[in-house]
Amino acid sequence: MGLARCHVCGMSCESDGTDASARRCGRCGAPLHGVRGDRMGASWALLLAALICYVPANVMPVMYTQLLGRGSENTILQGVAEFWRSGSYGIALVIFVASVAVPCTKFMSLGLLLIGAQYKTPWKRRERAVLYRLVEVVGYWSMLDVLVVAVVAALVKFRALGDVEPRVGILFFGAVVILTMLSAMQFDPRLTWCGDDR
Amino acid sequence: MTTSTLPSLVICEHCDSVYHRAPLTRGQRARCALCGASLYRHSRASPETILALSIASAIVFLIANVYPVVEISLQGMANGATLWQAVLAMASGEAAPIAVPVALCVIIVPGLQIGLLGWISAYATAGRPAPGGIGIMRFLALLRPWSMIEVCVVGILVSIIKLWSLAHVSPGEGMWAVGALMVLLPLIAGRDLRVLWETFDARPSEPSSAP
Repeated sequence: MGLARCHVCGMSCESDGTDASARRCGRCGAPLHGVRGDRMGASWALLLAALICYVPANVMPVMYTQLLGRGSENTILQGVAEFWRSGSYGIALVIFVASVAVPCTKFMSLGLLLIGAQYKTPWKRRERAVLYRLVEVVGYWSMLDVLVVAVVAALVKFRALGDVEPRVGILFFGAVVILTMLSAMQFDPRLTWCGDDR
Repeated sequence: MTTSTLPSLVICEHCDSVYHRAPLTRGQRARCALCGASLYRHSRASPETILALSIASAIVFLIANVYPVVEISLQGMANGATLWQAVLAMASGEAAPIAVPVALCVIIVPGLQIGLLGWISAYATAGRPAPGGIGIMRFLALLRPWSMIEVCVVGILVSIIKLWSLAHVSPGEGMWAVGALMVLLPLIAGRDLRVLWETFDARPSEPSSAP
C-alpha cells in the first residue's frame, strides 16, 4: 500500500516508508490514510445522535406565529399540512421532501452503508456507491426549513399586529442536519469496496 | 522516508481504483469504471477566470449582505429583512444557538470562500503560489460542504410564498444578488480546485517531490 490519494488535494502519492502513520502528501502535507475503517464508530455515533434529535425536532414546535391577535405554535408537519390545505401543493411537497423525506432517507441510507461496510458484503456495491454520493449531494438541502423560519421570523416583526418567533424544535432540526452531514463525512466510501468479491 | 507525487495518475476518491490521467476535450468528464464516481473534468477555468469570478462574487456578496432580500407590507406598515436580520431573528429565544450555523452557512462560509479564492487566484494569475496558500487550500476543502447559498435562495422563495396570503411580500434588491451568487459561487468553489492546486506543484524548494 505505497500508493494513496490525498483526501485534501487529490494528488496521487507514493511512499516508500514502512511507518504508515507518518505518511504525508507530497504536495499539501495532509496525512495520507488507507481506508478509514476506524471512523465507522464515530459515523454510527453521529447517526444515532441525529436520530435522537429527530424526535424533538418533529414533536416540538419550530415556530410561533402571532397575527392580528391570534397566536399559534407550529411543528414542521403542521407547517406542511397548512400549505397543503391552502392549496399550495407544490410548496407543501418541497418542504415535505426537504424536512421529512430527505432526513429519513438519509438515516436509512447511512445505516445501510454502515451495515454493508461492517459485514464487508459484496451485495450491490455499485448501487451503494451511488447511494453514498446521493447522500452527499442531497443532504444539506434539509437546512431549508431552518432558513425559512429565519427569513419569516426576520420579516414578520410588526409588534402587536404580527410577530413570528423561532421555537426550540428548529434547534433540534438544525442539529439533525448537521449531525447527519458529519456522520456522512466520517464514513469512508472506500469501505463499500472492502472484502471479497463473492 | 520519502513521498513522491504522481500527477500522471488519478486515484478514485470513492473506491481507490488507479487510472492514468488522459487528456479530455471540452465538456468531457472522466468517470471511475468500478464505482461510477466522477474522477475529473475538462477544466475550462484558468486562474484568471477564477479571479474574475471571485471579484464578481465579492461585489454581489456585498449587495446581498447590505440590501434586504425580502420586503413585506401589512396594513400600511412596511418591513424588510436582510440576511443578517434573518440570522439575528434566530439569535433570540430558546432556539438561539441555531443562529450560529445559519450565519456560517449563508454568510460567513460563502464570504470566506470568495475572499480566500480571490487571494489564491490573484497570486496564481501572477504565476506565484500564494503566501499561506496550502493552508488556505486545505481550509477551503473543509469549508465547501457548509456553503449553502442555493438552499438560502429556495428558503427565501418559500418564505415569500408562505407569507403571500397574509401580507404583500416581494423580493428585495438583495434577493437578485443572492440569486446571482448561487450561480457564481459553485463555478469557483466547486469540488475540483485542481487548477489552483497546480500552482503549488513543482516547487524546487519542495523536499518531498522526488521523481
